[in-house]
Amino acid sequence: MAEQPKLLGTLPSPFVHRVIWALKLKAIPYEFIEQDLTNKSPLLLKYNPVHKKVPVFLHGDKPVCESMIIVEYIDEVWPQNPLLPKDPYERAQARFWVKFAEDKGTAVYRMFSSKGEELEKTKKETLEMLQTAEEHGIGEKKFFGGESIGIADIAFGPVVYGLEIIEEAIGEGAVFEAHRFPRLHAWIKNFKQVPVIKENLAERDWMVTLFKNRREALAGSA
Amino acid sequence: MAEQPKLLGALPSPFVYRVIWALKLKAIPYEFIEEDLTNKSPLLLKYNPVHKKIPVFLHGDKPVCESMIIVEYIDEVWPQNPLLPKDPYERALARFWVKFAEDKGTAVWRMFRSKGEELEKTMKETQEMLQTVEEHGIGEKKFFGGESIGIADIAFGSVVYWLEVIEEAVGKGAVFEAHRFPRLDAWIKNFKQVPVIKENLPERDWMVTFFKNRREALVGSA
Repeated sequence: MAEQPKLLGTLPSPFVHRVIWALKLKAIPYEFIEQDLTNKSPLLLKYNPVHKKVPVFLHGDKPVCESMIIVEYIDEVWPQNPLLPKDPYERAQARFWVKFAEDKGTAVYRMFSSKGEELEKTKKETLEMLQTAEEHGIGEKKFFGGESIGIADIAFGPVVYGLEIIEEAIGEGAVFEAHRFPRLHAWIKNFKQVPVIKENLAERDWMVTLFKNRREALAGSA
Repeated sequence: MAEQPKLLGALPSPFVYRVIWALKLKAIPYEFIEEDLTNKSPLLLKYNPVHKKIPVFLHGDKPVCESMIIVEYIDEVWPQNPLLPKDPYERALARFWVKFAEDKGTAVWRMFRSKGEELEKTMKETQEMLQTVEEHGIGEKKFFGGESIGIADIAFGSVVYWLEVIEEAVGKGAVFEAHRFPRLDAWIKNFKQVPVIKENLPERDWMVTFFKNRREALVGSA
């Protein structure tokens, strides 16, 4: 493949970041094509006709959609710095936590777009999600992947980093409290220190401002 | 592993059947342990503490949870009659449709539990789901997996066969109409003819009665 793969995305999409991290962890050169989601490009509509969402990964003329499916695809095509363990049981465990992050992590984004009673409800859901990951997910490991990050870390990373930003943007008290979730707090600190992650994290203050403005705009039109 | 793997399940769960099909397609002997979901066993609570749901697959003392994750695990440990293609791009496509079945297939179960306006809404969602698969998913192939069934067929098989039963149990008109969804109609017919599937499908009339009774208990006679 002489041509570089392309990543259709928007910053600061948490889903797009998962793919960026996978590509950077494996030192795969790629072209980023910024999308305007208020005015979807023909490229996006052509290559993700089912969901019309980012990220879309274009390898040659072949589109791969859904962030964690893209991550697994990347891991299979470029096996250096593997993101999945070799052992089938360990792989099943990693996939379990990826699915958990996908299914339950939505509470964080729903928290962002809710207020009043709905906000209380989504806060509670977010807390339950964190509690489960704290109790059953991370254990005593440094990362979900063990000594180095793997697909479950990549799946959870934007959920938790996004939560830190969103709870600040909402400004109605902390959800992700260190004393309640000591393991997860240690984990996210370590995660953000991984050089590739550190260099490819959307800047926090910028994100908080962006989300504050977005939330205001949402509330304004509600 | 001298011991047979165990499958904790409850019939006629569509999720449990996905695992049964994978095991039977690969001729893997296993022990089925029927669970009473109104009185969850210590075994279930021990091996699926996060969700407390079936199916749970026990290989030795190691539990694997979430039906499609179990199916992928089985495919990796017992590679005969592979359920995933070898090519990474084809694998990504198979996973895309598995995820679609998982995320959008819930409309069928929600249809089962709803009445009145909510029922109208979930029936519509179910049809949208079918429409997308009809247009983008199955194409001109015999199965999602090509000439033989693969993980996407297993994922959708449980959604569509159970839909056929549920729409009859609900009795508010057909959702899965053959003339509207000719490709899917051909596909499910072929799916049900695959010998292993045919021998491992819960009997239709029994299912309809079962679901009629359950629906009455859930939503009353609406």
